[in-house]
Amino acid sequence: MTALTETGKNKRSLVRAAVTLAAAAAFYEAVSYSGLFPRVLLPTIQTILSTLYSMLADGSMLEHAGYTLYRVLFGFCLAILVGLPLGILMARFKAVENFFLPLVSALMPIPSFSLVPLFMLWFGIGNLTTILGVFYAATFPMVFNTWSGVRAVNPLWLRAAGVMGADEKRLFWKVIIPGASPFIITGMRQAFLRSWIAVVGAEMIAASDFGLGWVIFDSKEFLQTDVMMASLVMIGLIGFVFERVVFGSLERFTVLRWGMVRVAKG
Amino acid sequence: MAVQDSASAVGVAGATGPSAGARWRTITLNTYPFVVVGAIWEVVAHSGMFPRKLFPTLEDIARSFIDLTVSGILPHHAIDTLLRLLAGFGLAAIVGLIIGVSMGRSRRAEDIFLPLVSILAPIPGLAYTPLFLLWFGPGEVSAVLLVAFVSMFAVIYNTWTGVKSVKEIWLRSAQAMGADDRRMFSHVILPGALPYILTGLRLGLAQAWRILVAVEMLAAVPWGLGWLIFGAREFLNTDAMMAGVVVIALIGLGLEKYVFQKIEDYTVVRWGMIGAMAP
Amino acid sequence: MVPIEIRDVTLVYDTPGGKVPGVKDVNFNIDASEFVCILGPSGCGKSTLLNIIAGFLAPAAGEILIGGKAVTGHGMDRGVVFQDFAQLFPWRTALGNVAFGLEMKGVPKQERETIAREQLRLVKLEKFVASYPHHLSGGMQQRVAIARALAYNPSVLLMDEPFAALDALTRDDMQRLLADVWRETRKTVIYVTHNVAEAVYLADRVVVMTPHPGTVKMVIPIKLTRPRDPLSVEFLDYQKELLAHLGHGTAETQEHKKANGKAPTTGG
Repeated sequence: MTALTETGKNKRSLVRAAVTLAAAAAFYEAVSYSGLFPRVLLPTIQTILSTLYSMLADGSMLEHAGYTLYRVLFGFCLAILVGLPLGILMARFKAVENFFLPLVSALMPIPSFSLVPLFMLWFGIGNLTTILGVFYAATFPMVFNTWSGVRAVNPLWLRAAGVMGADEKRLFWKVIIPGASPFIITGMRQAFLRSWIAVVGAEMIAASDFGLGWVIFDSKEFLQTDVMMASLVMIGLIGFVFERVVFGSLERFTVLRWGMVRVAKG
Repeated sequence: MAVQDSASAVGVAGATGPSAGARWRTITLNTYPFVVVGAIWEVVAHSGMFPRKLFPTLEDIARSFIDLTVSGILPHHAIDTLLRLLAGFGLAAIVGLIIGVSMGRSRRAEDIFLPLVSILAPIPGLAYTPLFLLWFGPGEVSAVLLVAFVSMFAVIYNTWTGVKSVKEIWLRSAQAMGADDRRMFSHVILPGALPYILTGLRLGLAQAWRILVAVEMLAAVPWGLGWLIFGAREFLNTDAMMAGVVVIALIGLGLEKYVFQKIEDYTVVRWGMIGAMAP
Repeated sequence: MVPIEIRDVTLVYDTPGGKVPGVKDVNFNIDASEFVCILGPSGCGKSTLLNIIAGFLAPAAGEILIGGKAVTGHGMDRGVVFQDFAQLFPWRTALGNVAFGLEMKGVPKQERETIAREQLRLVKLEKFVASYPHHLSGGMQQRVAIARALAYNPSVLLMDEPFAALDALTRDDMQRLLADVWRETRKTVIYVTHNVAEAVYLADRVVVMTPHPGTVKMVIPIKLTRPRDPLSVEFLDYQKELLAHLGHGTAETQEHKKANGKAPTTGG
């Protein structure tokens, strides 16, 4: 296990990964061209890419993505606005914890999708229903992780800060919040992941007229598999960007730089 | 391991020891939030602020729950949903464990599967629904395959990480004590990776559960709680919908409390290996 | 028990910074049932040497003979105790850990539990057979590790700074316990340490190693009667002698180790 062979192995891994992907793509193309299955069900990769390109060029894809992003971010931010303070309050005040913890534990296992039809009845089809679905999905991971994070703050830090003369307010902002941040960031990450799933599902169930989830579901009716796959690619890309770029860098600039290990990976 | 029972017996006696009064206190503590929320719900429902049809009272919901249960409709829906969950998740667990372990054990398998997994996993599973419906037709097959496909990634990822993070020193110790490859796997690698594997299974099951309801709504299966809720909307049967949601909540809670927490308590918690926590 | 011969053993590490010699031309013999300490500063290759004897590393040149047979890999003729407490399997009780090697050997359940119990009694842990490792203190965990290494009755016991991570008081107890265990079992022991007093207390002979590259500087027999008195004049004289042989190169070698970022084999 010397360093030299290790880099050699890594190089081989890259080659293997590329070969795997190329082989998978080639296999898909071969099946698609073979006519074994109807072409409409299994569009070739060129078709998918050209559909993606033309949808990007005429702006329709961006419009759908825009609607989806608006809904997901709205619901997600709402979830943070509610979940973060609630989690902190639960961890700091026993009475709040006593009241909300049973509720949170009971409501958390209910998939947000099962409430979407109810929201549809109450609020009709459209943005509000979707946003509420996202909000419901994202709030609980946020509450739960914040609560655990604040409770897990090392008591030594509190004592040390107290000795150094920190008052309640500064104790909170300078010690508790940074101390709980690995959990809070994990909570945000999980919350976004769930929001992203929830928005796609909610758009399918509560079909409005825009949004990536709606496009995918709608194109099923017309057997537009290429549109479907192009939208799938788009959904994957946006999810990837948020997961890696947004939350990844948030983590790099905070907890990783402080050398605090991430806990509770969702 | 007869002796160890005497040691753990002390712990059990301590846990079941508290007086009846203390137990009642816990029960009251845990129920009063629901009483408060229920009371608020009742006040709003009876006030006539919203149409009764859309905002049913708790009595309506309870009546609907009892009627549907007695007539056997609700149990039928629930059992179908559970069977679907078991089939899908079982498939995911088997396939996921095999792929995850082989990725952790062999560099070649890792090189082959990792790129595929990292490309397919970030897409929310539900987005594949229409594709599966087109390929496999609406109904049971699509639903089960979707649930399996979606929950598989959490199992793969965690199993892989777990097997890779088995401590080098355990492998060395076992080697020095003459463990061959087969027993190295069953006696050292599997238990060593178990905290991660359990986390993966738990996350996978949670994901399967979350998505299943939506899949049932979209895949046009004849029975299932998701379908019940979705169908009830058409006829403004809000009370039946709420009854369905209650059952869903109960099943979800039961899965969490009685399946995975129990397994964990009996294995990794007892071994002091807990570290991979996931809500 | 069996003698060990170490003949011209050499090992070189490939690191990103180039080739770093681990050990070079190491030669010495160990008699059957002898207790040998390998003493030296960090980075002198003493752990590397132990890992070669254990069969975890293959030497680039030279060979190791145990009871006349060349070492080709790890084998059940040797038991190994590491420094890291984490070496115990957390999913097994103390008894389960000690019985592991016997289980690998195919010893029936009843019998291996009897043997494991006996081994745990030897390290004074008979009350903790059913405890899981995380309920045991560091010193107790290391005692389980010793019992585990002895349980399948190897003729050689290899120990890589097993007490280095313990507090001073516990370490004293453990050294006394190990001396007792050795007296009872008469294993051939190779014990790696950087603690001079420990070496004088335990060893029949001390092999002093120096770094750049790791070589044997000299071998010093400790001719003190057992049990030894660490406060006696003779004991202190041996310590002074060993310290003199080690020289003052210690700080420098620490630097060297850090600069190379190596030492995959030196525990924790």
